[in-house]
Amino acid sequence: MTVVEQAENTKGRWDPGVQSYAGMGYWAPDYVVKETDVLAVFRVTPQDGVDPIEAAAAVAGESSTATWTVVWTDRLTANSHYQAKAYRVDEVPGRPGEYFAYIAYDLDLFEEGSIANLTSSIIGNVFGFKPLKALRLEDMRIPVAYTKTFQGPAHGIVMERELLNKYGRPLLGATIKPKLGLSARNYGRVVYEACRGGLDFTKDDENINSQPFMRWRDRFLYCMEGVNRAMAETGEVKGHYLNITAGSMEEMYRRAEFAKELGSVVVMIDLTIGYTAMQSMAYWARENSMLLHLHRAGHSTYTRQKTHGVSFRVIAKWCRLIGVDHLHAGTVVGKLEGDPATTRGFYDTLREDKVAINPENGIFFDQEWASMPGVMPVASGGIHAGQMHQLLDLFGDDVILQFGGGTIGHPLGIAAGAEANRVALEAVVKARNEGRDFLREGPDILRAAAKSCLPLEVALATWGDVTFDYTSTDAPDVVPTVSPSY
Amino acid sequence: MKLRHGTFSYLPDLTDDEIALQVRYALDHGWPVSVEFTDDPHPRNVYWEMWGLPMFDLTEPDGVLDQINECRATFPHHYVRVLAYDASLGRQTTAMSFLVQRPAVEPGFLLARVEGENRTQRYAVESYATVHPVGSRYS
Repeated sequence: MTVVEQAENTKGRWDPGVQSYAGMGYWAPDYVVKETDVLAVFRVTPQDGVDPIEAAAAVAGESSTATWTVVWTDRLTANSHYQAKAYRVDEVPGRPGEYFAYIAYDLDLFEEGSIANLTSSIIGNVFGFKPLKALRLEDMRIPVAYTKTFQGPAHGIVMERELLNKYGRPLLGATIKPKLGLSARNYGRVVYEACRGGLDFTKDDENINSQPFMRWRDRFLYCMEGVNRAMAETGEVKGHYLNITAGSMEEMYRRAEFAKELGSVVVMIDLTIGYTAMQSMAYWARENSMLLHLHRAGHSTYTRQKTHGVSFRVIAKWCRLIGVDHLHAGTVVGKLEGDPATTRGFYDTLREDKVAINPENGIFFDQEWASMPGVMPVASGGIHAGQMHQLLDLFGDDVILQFGGGTIGHPLGIAAGAEANRVALEAVVKARNEGRDFLREGPDILRAAAKSCLPLEVALATWGDVTFDYTSTDAPDVVPTVSPSY
Repeated sequence: MKLRHGTFSYLPDLTDDEIALQVRYALDHGWPVSVEFTDDPHPRNVYWEMWGLPMFDLTEPDGVLDQINECRATFPHHYVRVLAYDASLGRQTTAMSFLVQRPAVEPGFLLARVEGENRTQRYAVESYATVHPVGSRYS
């Protein structure tokens, strides 16, 4: 990879007036990264005529100590300690005018255990900086020293499995549809049917909060009726993600407490409530033995486009630190954005303890999680039983596969839809464990399982061939390639 | 009712050959296998009785099947499950869990309700079998 040449420094460091960022010390190509540094890599698209090194230095400056002109009060501080340092700039392969800028931040720049503080620096003012056409935060390395100041997942993957008493297979869920308009009584019916049919979880959608057609308290009551009846019918622990998202923290706590009072094992929040609110609910969730499901509502406004915003792998990292137990991370084969390699990078970030640098999956840094528990990724949106072998191959066991339409839209009813998904899953897991080439033989395995399961036969006949085959917008730029849409 | 417990409870009951293949998968991963039984299948009953200790250091499934069969013979009307355990750092938990025997008749569970204030209900799932003392259920 080409390392771009150093910009010229033409002025004394402390001369009043406007000074180049590189000249002020925000470009430090010889800087030796410390183990305790927070590292970030940005995709920088400078305005025409702006030197990439200067642009990288400006990003380092504007996301740490700098302002637009020299200020003498910097000389009252150990200034260079607090300056972020751009230490490497690479051209992005196959993308003229774009550069990967690597920046190191000393640990002292950030408050312990505060994603709000971290993000106010790293993605604060700098994203509106005029000399840049666009800016994207591609990845971060959180040092162990900083990781250890966060709670992390309220329970994590291992504890969730032990709480649910379910091992050795992906979990299954469904989002209640239609997402708007059902009365509480009708809504609870869907919960009951889907759980008794064989799903582990059902889920409120992100925009189900407390609307005129269904108030939150009524929804909670009817959903828990459905959950408990399904538990008695199957002998399995069941849960419904009760969405406690509301307009204030006080109201969210009120809803969370009621969910707890009713015996729910899980509550849910939306990304739209903000990092601090999420973190508060993560503390509450651990305190109250409640799994915490996070729906990433709104993320595509800033994660999807390559040149500007924040990559979802960074959001995933923040969410693991914040402390959620579940996070939607893409399906690859479903209806929503998801390049296979990029999605693999998200899953690794959520689940693994050590994630090695892997540019092909969009991972720019080694990340050590220091035994912080993993987050259960959720694959949701446009997936169905006929894809079960592909889903197991892509994601393995530690994932929640959510079939909303693929359960509720089943021609024989919701419970039949749930059963079809469960039988398909168990058949494919069984085949994998038996050493069969389950990805290649998947369709045969499913057809064989359908012989003793009419709902699965009907599901395969209804959706067997449905795929969403579009080119991804968010694929890693390691080498200039067109990423296939799986 | 049919108890849904463990990974393959929605499939037809596994044959001994199929059980051996699953055990092989566990042993190939270095996961010791153990056998447990119960006549209290409540969904939150975590601690089924252990049929001996986990079988560490086994390399072939035959020994596990012998233990499964001994357990089945001793408790022909109990639920019997096979577990595999992953002791690796970061897991240190059960890796597999599936039934290898269920009673001929499964009466299921009662959903008991106690009505509380403001339309709330307290729910309790109670196994019909557990109205009888341990050892005299399902026989």
